[in-house]
Amino acid sequence: MMAILPELVLLCGATFYFIVSLLPSPGVRLLRGSSIFIGLLVFASACLTYGQESTLFHNAYVVDNYTQMFKVLIGFALAVVMIFGVELRGIENSVRAEYSMFLYLSVLGLMMLVSSVELIAIFISLELSSFALYVMVPMRDDSTGTRTQMEAGIKYVLFGVMATGFMLFGMSYLFGLTGSTYLQDIIPALQGLGGQPAVVVSVIMILAGFFYKLAVFPMHFWVPDVYEGASNETTGFIATVPKLGAVALLIRLMTLPSGQPEFLVQFLGGVAVCSMFYGNLCALVQKDIKRMLGYSGISHAGFVVLGLLSLRAEGYGLAIYYIAGYVIMNLACFLVISALSQRGENLQIDDFNGLYKRQPVLAFILSVSLFALAGIPPFVGFMGKFFLLTSTLQQDHLIIVILAAINTAIAIYYYLSVVKAAYTTDSNDEQPAILVPPMTRITGLVLVVMIILMGTLPSKFVNFAGSLVQSIM
Amino acid sequence: MDVLANLNGGFPLLSFLIFFPLAGSLVLFVYPKETFAKYWTLAVTIITALMSLGLLFGFDRTSTKYQFAELHTWIPQFNINYVVGVDGISILLVILTTFIMPFCVLASWKYISKRVTAFMFCLLIMETSMVGVFVALDFILFYVLWEFMLIPMYLLIAIWGGPRKVYASIKFFLYTLAGSVLLLVAIIALYMKNGSFFIPDMMWNEYSMVFQVLVFLAFFLAFAIKVPMFPVHTWLPAAHVEAPTAGSVILASILLKMGTYGMLRFCLPITPDASLLLAPYILWLSIAGIIYGGFTALAQHDMKKLIAYSSVGHMGFVTLGIFVFNAQGIQGAIMQMINHGVTTGALFLCVGMIYERTHSRELRLATGVGKFMPWYVTFLVFFCLSSFGFPGTNSFIGEFLVLAGTFRENEILALAAIPGAVLAAAYMLRMLQKIVWGGTDNPDQSYLTDLNIREIVTLAPFLLFVFWIGLGPEPFMNLMDASVQQLVDQLGQWQQHQHVATLLLP
Repeated sequence: MMAILPELVLLCGATFYFIVSLLPSPGVRLLRGSSIFIGLLVFASACLTYGQESTLFHNAYVVDNYTQMFKVLIGFALAVVMIFGVELRGIENSVRAEYSMFLYLSVLGLMMLVSSVELIAIFISLELSSFALYVMVPMRDDSTGTRTQMEAGIKYVLFGVMATGFMLFGMSYLFGLTGSTYLQDIIPALQGLGGQPAVVVSVIMILAGFFYKLAVFPMHFWVPDVYEGASNETTGFIATVPKLGAVALLIRLMTLPSGQPEFLVQFLGGVAVCSMFYGNLCALVQKDIKRMLGYSGISHAGFVVLGLLSLRAEGYGLAIYYIAGYVIMNLACFLVISALSQRGENLQIDDFNGLYKRQPVLAFILSVSLFALAGIPPFVGFMGKFFLLTSTLQQDHLIIVILAAINTAIAIYYYLSVVKAAYTTDSNDEQPAILVPPMTRITGLVLVVMIILMGTLPSKFVNFAGSLVQSIM
Repeated sequence: MDVLANLNGGFPLLSFLIFFPLAGSLVLFVYPKETFAKYWTLAVTIITALMSLGLLFGFDRTSTKYQFAELHTWIPQFNINYVVGVDGISILLVILTTFIMPFCVLASWKYISKRVTAFMFCLLIMETSMVGVFVALDFILFYVLWEFMLIPMYLLIAIWGGPRKVYASIKFFLYTLAGSVLLLVAIIALYMKNGSFFIPDMMWNEYSMVFQVLVFLAFFLAFAIKVPMFPVHTWLPAAHVEAPTAGSVILASILLKMGTYGMLRFCLPITPDASLLLAPYILWLSIAGIIYGGFTALAQHDMKKLIAYSSVGHMGFVTLGIFVFNAQGIQGAIMQMINHGVTTGALFLCVGMIYERTHSRELRLATGVGKFMPWYVTFLVFFCLSSFGFPGTNSFIGEFLVLAGTFRENEILALAAIPGAVLAAAYMLRMLQKIVWGGTDNPDQSYLTDLNIREIVTLAPFLLFVFWIGLGPEPFMNLMDASVQQLVDQLGQWQQHQHVATLLLP
């Protein structure tokens, strides 16, 4: 029981909100307080269960250091989203309880996902987390009157279903080839099969399902519109937490032998480079900050794939380090966006003009996280990129490394344009100062400290991530 | 690691020089009052400068090893260490950096009126990364500081700059960053060959020619942009003109030196074959920079732009000296680096002082101030003379050595560089004539006040060094002698060795 404490807490939280949603008029203060409380409780319980090991539910569910580390990360990201999104400015008060319920269900799905080691369990937990998100996107209030959130919701569902279809199809192949749905049985069975094309096809199809979550080219189409259409807090969630789950499962699936590692590496390399170029080039011309971060997310996903294509534990460890860093940097960005967007509206890059005058702390947090995303040392973004490039070059993929390095140079422009707006451009009309609740302020500074610490003293983190990956291989 | 002398022994002076300004900047976070920030930053930079004198006292001038070395494990997975040390090439640059900084603070005393604390914060972290770049002996440590420096420098230009600050700062950032991304790839490629990021381990190794040329080009692109060399110099005038005085001084005196320092420290010893192969092109690019910088400076009406273009010319002399591969040339290049730091830094301070009074950098509006600001023009005259290498001033030593070295290498090349020196006299005297005397239609300058004590204190040390280096360069040359000699010897041995190898090959 103790082993799945965070999941239980989430389930209780979701149930609590379900009951609250039935009340005639739930108090907003109760909802605010409880959401932060439950978020922190999930984080704390995930930390508590770290170090436990057990196997549950007919061996379909594993709890070990690897899964618990991801749960800690997910719990942390959830708590941060809860803290900066406490006002839920983009969501109507009448659906707040339902929104929170779906949010916790989605996190529950992700936590189950990282623990699942059986194909059906993977599928069900992935769908639990996805469907909850599909509902959360259109829940945004219609302040603009353009109903973009509906469009975003539909796009999210349609692309999501397509990706799930691919994944299920691939899973059916795996089952057909090996006669089992347990990864522990599938792996040895596949090794006996050698280099059958069906194995490669099925592995790539399953990967596609998670590429969708991670927003890797060519499964990225939903990103800009969903980021733009969903409320700021929802986007902050979508941009961070599900990616952790996706990376956890991608690494687990990369241990499936495909029989043709050469082809798989080339495939992943191509996907990574396409992601980077597509994401960075599209981000250059964006005016909406969330769309820009969406495209930048695509390019960062490309870097994560670089870690996977090494097909070695060190590379996977680096991918974990990178995605953890990415989540922290992105959370810091969305923290600023949520705080700056006073009525829950979408922000254009011009809206950041003169942010330094209006609230220096926010400008500082924003610029640190953007420079980190751009990969400027000594922040975590640089170390992550540097490690991934080194490990990729160790595999002799010189061309990929050069293309990735060029992408770093492209990316700096659009990150810099936001920093420029925040620090150098003064807004035309005098805009009022922004009030930031102390809790948000402290959280933002904690994120900044983490960005700097993970960047300057990375060896412990990398070692730790590497050892975790080693333990599941 | 036998190239490190006195490893981890005694007081960690270099780490102190790196981290003390950083620690000082954190204090500003906690206590951000503006007047306190000024005095605090001044105190921190002065303490750093005084402590850096310890390098001079403890430096063994006969040794070619890296001294005051410190080694600590940083990221063992990739064999990255925190290694720092100074040799004859870097010691003067470190001291130049630490000594320029207090004057930058003084120059900003009145000039910076808004967001003073943030400005001082940027100056302090700038100092940390600049000192770090010159003493880093681990390539990743070097790269981290090299890139990190862009952030405070960008903010210095972008927040406290002139009217076109946004354009200038972004151009600066993009140019320098784009130049150095391939540097990172080259560094990783070298790591693959050596299994270590320790810079001396990478030197004088047998790499294939193609590998060397590729690595050299990646190095060269990054460093040439920083210098800046002729075709990739366009960020410099923009950045110089828009930056606040302190920013211009830091750019001219220290940042530009990082490019040429990089060439000396990395290009020559790590890729000697490629350096020898490509040297003619670089030499002629240097000549192009000298002539081009001279002519363009002649046509400027903006004082800062004039000095900025003169920097392109002066730095051309530095690259010229480096790539003639003899001791005179390289010594001259290092001297020229220091001299340019002193003289151009002082000139930018002078322009800043005029700007504080007239709020314009237009040469036309600053004519005929000699009558009202005698102290000011006295300083200005000496710095201008120094800038075009008048005998008895510091730049003469550097330029003379570079030209002498070039004559030994290639006479045509040296002759081609001479017009640059003449042009320097032309544009500097033109500026001097206009500022001191002007013509019959001078604007009314009677409201001008002469320099105050703070400003005299700021300029006087620069003048001291102009004459000290100009009249008695011996102590400065001694510092670098052994290291330069060793570099040239090794380069010569390498050439011979390659020559023998080609003879032995069938």
